[in-house]
Parts: sequence; structure tokens; C-alpha cells
Amino acid sequence: MSLLRLLLPLLLGLALWQGAILALDMPSFILPGPLRVAEALWTNRALLAEHATITLTEVLLGLALGTLLGWMTATLLALSPVATRLLRPMLVLSQAIPVFALAPIFTLWFGYGLASKIAMALLIIYFPVTSAFHDALMNTPQPWLTQARIMGAGPRQVLWCVRMPAALPGLLSGLRLAAVYAPIGAIIGEWVGASRGLGYLMLLANGRAKIDLMFAAVLVVAALTILLHRATDALALRLEARQRGTPPQG
Amino acid sequence: MTPPPALRFAGRVTSGAATLLGPVRMGAEAGVWTCLLGPSGVGKSTLLHCFAGLEGNLVLDGTAGAGDGRPLAGRVALMAQADGLLPWLTLLDNVSLGARLRRERPDRARAAALLERVGLAGLEGRKPQALSGGQRQRAALARTLYEDRPVVLLDEPFSALDVATRARMQDLAAAELAGRTVLHVTHDPAEAARLGQRILVLTGTGLEEVGAQEAPPIPRAPDAAATLATTGRLTRLLLEAA
Repeated sequence: MSLLRLLLPLLLGLALWQGAILALDMPSFILPGPLRVAEALWTNRALLAEHATITLTEVLLGLALGTLLGWMTATLLALSPVATRLLRPMLVLSQAIPVFALAPIFTLWFGYGLASKIAMALLIIYFPVTSAFHDALMNTPQPWLTQARIMGAGPRQVLWCVRMPAALPGLLSGLRLAAVYAPIGAIIGEWVGASRGLGYLMLLANGRAKIDLMFAAVLVVAALTILLHRATDALALRLEARQRGTPPQG
Repeated sequence: MTPPPALRFAGRVTSGAATLLGPVRMGAEAGVWTCLLGPSGVGKSTLLHCFAGLEGNLVLDGTAGAGDGRPLAGRVALMAQADGLLPWLTLLDNVSLGARLRRERPDRARAAALLERVGLAGLEGRKPQALSGGQRQRAALARTLYEDRPVVLLDEPFSALDVATRARMQDLAAAELAGRTVLHVTHDPAEAARLGQRILVLTGTGLEEVGAQEAPPIPRAPDAAATLATTGRLTRLLLEAA
């Protein structure tokens, strides 16, 4: 049943794709058909796997570091009203700058290697993670806070034992978004300047008019993103169930 | 445990333009179990929170504190209407939460013993969501007893329990909290008649004491003539106040 639910939209998408080619009489160097892309996927599997590994490494490191940094920032903001007044406007400003505009600068600063792409992935997820976790930290149910205060807890103890566990769902919803955003950051970084990775491969294939390979790379990025999203979601559901003290759902 | 202080309140509590309590003057004697009855919305819970420390936009115009003049912070335990159990902690960890919050070593043996006394033996490792409302309320009672404070504020502590369990928990609380200053808010005249060494009725027009001091020590038998008579008087009083 679930396999059918997954397959039907996929088949529909493929049919639309092939239908568009037939209806508009697209030449394959503009829009290759599903079969050609599948063939490119297969013949270039080693190449795609190699570049996908690079991109995945950037994404995972960006996710881990961005989540850690977002977690730390949100915690600092939650503990200190002064920090909130100083940092919150800077956070918003950092979001107002298009990430695309920063990619060349990051390449300049961090070089052509992994670091500049990790920085891009990190930056693109930093705000959603920080914001979601901080909002949740500031919305601890009042009865729990009252109880902790009467019990004689200090601010740090309240944060550690009550507010942080209570805010876990917020952190996880930020992480769900991050799992989808992080690949975007890594790909942008690779477009701007790289010698490896799926973003680099897309540009390379495009330049050499290997449109089928370019499409294959796009599909691999999409598949990676979906897998990452599903894995994050599965992890989040388990953690949320533990936090609520109920068996996992979904 | 330090000697239990008396509690003194005089004034009114407001939230914005709304008056939540008073103006009224009331007190609870040191080491005595005081029951507080009254219609809903008259400010009974607000009064408890005055002694526990007001929060949010509540403003106290007056005084609330200990009879000995020293701060109440650190000497009070509150059992609020909502059980307030943390869903990610086991019952055992919930009962001994106060110790963790004070950076003390949790006394797991004592927490387990208290859970057993409230009839939750064997459920120490369960999470609150796996329990019924009545079981959660008893876990909250165990947590309140674990705090071992000289002043104990109880807000409808037995409201979710069936009759037999309620009577047993009343007996347990009376034994465990003997000699402490207890301020116990309840809607149930029979409960006040069983447990109150002093019984106060708070209404929109003021505070009235329904004396029960000459009655036998608490917990009183639920079917004793004096208990039933007090229950009747309280019920009558609340009917007339409504």
C-alpha cells in the first residue's frame, strides 16, 4: 500500500515528463527523456557516487555544525536578555543578506575545498535552527517553571532540566527544515567554486552539453535530500515520542 | 526541617483591570492544617500562589508571607491543580526532580518509598503519559511529600481520585504532613471536614471561619457524626454564598 502510494506519484511525474517531450517535440539536448537520464544515471554511476559522497559529506558536516551552533546561540539567547537584544537584530540581518551573495566571499575566505561549502550549508540552516529552538525555549509551560522555581532551582538548572527538554520539539522542527535546506547551501557553494561535488558536476555536464548527465546529477541531489529528510524525520519522531513519554507514531 | 511558620495575607491581587482576590485578610497558623473552601473564581488558587511567589502580570497590593517575617522561598512546597509532571521523566525521576533542580543527590530510595506509599509501587519506571489522571495526581502528591518542606500548599490535591483512594491519600497526607503548616484549597466540604484543623470559607463578601478546632485530630473518620455535621454546615454555607 505504502509502496503504491510512493510509486503512483513517481509514475505520474515520469509520464508527464515523457508526455511533455512528445507533445512539445523537445530535442534531447534541451530536455532529455526519462530513459536517457536513467541510462546516464547507470553509465555514470561511479562518477555520480564519487561526487555525491563529497556533497553528502558537506551537507552532513554543515548540518551537524549548524545545529550545534544554532543550539548554542538559542541557549545563550534564552539565558541572557542582553544577548537577545544584541544578537537578535544581527540574526535577522544575517537572514536579510541573500546566501547566494555570500557564496563567492566564502570561497574567497575558505577556499575551493569542503570548508566553503560546509560554511554555506551551515549558514543556510543556522537561522531556522536557532529561531525554532529559541522560540521553543521561551515558551516553556508556565506551571513547570513555577514548580521548578518553588523547588529552588537556579536559572541554569531550569534551563538544563526543564526548558531544554521541553523545547526539544522546537529544535527538531528546525532540524527538519535544516535537512532540506542544507543541500541547497552545499550546491550553491559548489556552483560558485569547486572541483568536486554534484553542484560542480551539474555545471561541468551543462558546459559540455551532457544534459542527460546534468539531469542525472539533479536527480541524485533530489534523492539525497529526500533520504536526508526521511532520516531526520524518523529520528525526530523517535526523539519526540521519548520527550512526550509515549510510543513512537507514524 | 525548620519549624513551620504561620502564613499571613492581607490585601488584594489584580491582573490588569481585573481583581482576582480580595481585598481580604487571612492567616494560617503555624503547624496547623487549614482548609480553604469557596466558590470557583473567588481567588483560592491565587492566594496559594501569593505564598509560592506571584508570576506573570499578577500584582499583589498588600502583603503575603510568613508569620516569622523571614522569606518563604525554600520553605514552601506547592501541589498545583495541574500535576506538572515532566513527560520525559520517569515517575521516580519526577518525584525526586526537586533534588536534581537543587543540584543535590536524588534520594532514589526515598522517592521509591513515597511512590509505594501513594500506591504506585511497580510503576517507578513509567512515564506520566502512561498513567491515568488519578495515578498522575498521586505521583504529584509523592513529589510534594519528597520536598519535605515546613509549609505545604495543596490545590485540589485529591480531585482526580476515586472515593476509596481519596480517603487513603487523605490519611497518608495527614500523617506525612502532621506538624507542618498546610494550606489546602478544596471544593469538597467532606474533605475539609475530614482534614481541616481550621476551616476557612472564602466568598465574594469575605472570609468566614467554620471552627473545627475542638474536633478530634485529623484525619477524622468520614462517617463520624462531627465530620458529617461539619460537612453539612459547610455545604449549607457554600449554597448560601452561591
